[in-house]
Amino acid sequence: MSGHSTYEPKTGIERWLDARLPIIRFAKETAIDFPTPKNLNYWYTFGGILAVCLVVQILTGVILAMHYVPNGDMAFNSVEHIMRDVNYGWLIRYMHANGASMFFLAVYIHIARGLYYGSYKAPREVLWILGCIIYLLMMATAFMGYVLPWGQMSFAGAVVITSLFSALDQIIPGLGTAITTWLWGGFAVGGATLNRFFSLHYLLPFMIAGVVGLHIWALHVPGNNNPTGVEPTSKEDMVPFHPYYTVKDGFAISAFFILFAWFVFFAPEALGHVDNQVPANPLVTPAHIVPEWYFLPFYAILRSVPQKLFGVLAMFGSIAMLFALPWLDTSKVRSMRYRPTARIFLILFVLATIGLGWCGGKEPADMVITMGHDANNDPTGFSVVWFSRILAIYYYAYFVLILPLLGLFETPSEVPTTISTPVLPKGGSAIPAGAVAAPEKKG
Amino acid sequence: MVETANAEPHAEHPHGDPSRRDFIHIAAIAAAAGGVATLAWPLIDQMNPSGDTLALASIEYDFSKVVAGQQAVIKWRGKPVFVRHRTPKEIAEAKADDHAALRDPATDASRVKPGKEEWLILIGVCTHLGCVPNFGGGAYGGWLCPCHGSVYDTAGRIRAGPAPLNLFLPDYTFTGPTKVKIG
Repeated sequence: MSGHSTYEPKTGIERWLDARLPIIRFAKETAIDFPTPKNLNYWYTFGGILAVCLVVQILTGVILAMHYVPNGDMAFNSVEHIMRDVNYGWLIRYMHANGASMFFLAVYIHIARGLYYGSYKAPREVLWILGCIIYLLMMATAFMGYVLPWGQMSFAGAVVITSLFSALDQIIPGLGTAITTWLWGGFAVGGATLNRFFSLHYLLPFMIAGVVGLHIWALHVPGNNNPTGVEPTSKEDMVPFHPYYTVKDGFAISAFFILFAWFVFFAPEALGHVDNQVPANPLVTPAHIVPEWYFLPFYAILRSVPQKLFGVLAMFGSIAMLFALPWLDTSKVRSMRYRPTARIFLILFVLATIGLGWCGGKEPADMVITMGHDANNDPTGFSVVWFSRILAIYYYAYFVLILPLLGLFETPSEVPTTISTPVLPKGGSAIPAGAVAAPEKKG
Repeated sequence: MVETANAEPHAEHPHGDPSRRDFIHIAAIAAAAGGVATLAWPLIDQMNPSGDTLALASIEYDFSKVVAGQQAVIKWRGKPVFVRHRTPKEIAEAKADDHAALRDPATDASRVKPGKEEWLILIGVCTHLGCVPNFGGGAYGGWLCPCHGSVYDTAGRIRAGPAPLNLFLPDYTFTGPTKVKIG
């Protein structure tokens, strides 16, 4: 991160501070002067969008905690109090609830971007793994946050997710039960569970912020990947982060906020479930329980396996695949722009994941294609559970078969020698007009 | 003199004992590890059920109003308990399947108290992922779990779906002609 600083303390106070804590120098090096490939497209703005999402969630969350009561008897009513009585409470809660969905939307695009342009490959494996850790922390945080309103869906979700650990009883009898009892603080999900989830839901976002700091650090050591996947070779390949990407990210953030605001103001409950407007009742499980949309693909994988322990393992394994990805992809070519075959398999992978999400929202016995009716007049044919089995097999095959083998057998198209080659007439090294170094000095 | 000798642990020690420093290292590390473990356990164990939760151990229930073909759902230790008044047909169906291919083999007689076989008392928590199965659903007329489709028969035995085990039986005793004590 050193070597590109143009910081010269101008005032006496700045010189005094720079000798003691060079924080202004650090900020200028990392957020203003940082050399960035000049060809980053809008898919690369989602990192900035995600940073803003995290700030929005922490800010609205801290405010909600001022009014929320983490108590099994009072939680549901305190949320109603926020919605009806607290000044602008409805706005802040809808921002927080829909903000979680926006956060996941952005992170899925961010992950897909990384998959397409090969951003997980050397020397960015640690950067990628830190991102996977952030994603795991996000899932834990979102799950516990969804429990806090203490409605029927909150309760059922808490029961199902914590009961995943009871599958360990099939390895060591009693182990799973001991863990679930410990997680619950009782013999079932109850007030004690709610209280600890609130505590952890408040803690985890700050841990996410910490790992985001490491993620950005790990980004700034090798520098950004770019759509060509070719490492920058000269200063002419780079532009300073400010003003080029502060403006580009700023525009993308504004556009993203239009979508966010549309949900908050016009469809604030579109991504929720009506059953969560019913207070938690441990004696009744809603007829059709589904998790939030961003967990549906994993829920579908869980349900596609008829055996409890293997279903749980398949679900967690689908995320473990992401961690192993840098070592599963054997191709030396980073960007799928130059891997026409891999590109098709990745598009199918994205479609399979979306398909799994669709399956997760249906009931397992629902039909994808109805071919007739049985004696009870129930439809028969190609069921959701079979569709999700096929999609889950493809999901795994992408990681453990396709990527390892494709790198050995495919023929990539010609990879440019530099970032600039594809856009210059002679593929030369000429400096394109306008893209001079240090543009901030133009006045 | 001892201080000087210990300052260079890998050197020859004509006067001192070379294992003394090793001993101090091992003792210090062991004491620290023991201290960390001692402190960690209260921090972990605080999440286990508290004393007042454990104290809510048993309840008594009067089932006189539960007619044949119905079930009552009562709450015991935060969990639903099914008190099902089975019809003769349901009992016969359960007994007929005693030797069918069962995932978690159990006879109907082992799931009720002798002479009280019309009363099936179970913990109403699906053994898959903890949802509350719906009364009367599924192909066997027992219960159908709404979450992942586990099917239980009229003895509460798992017959289809992802759950590995039969619905659990709580400890209970009949304390009177219409009274049961659970726990």
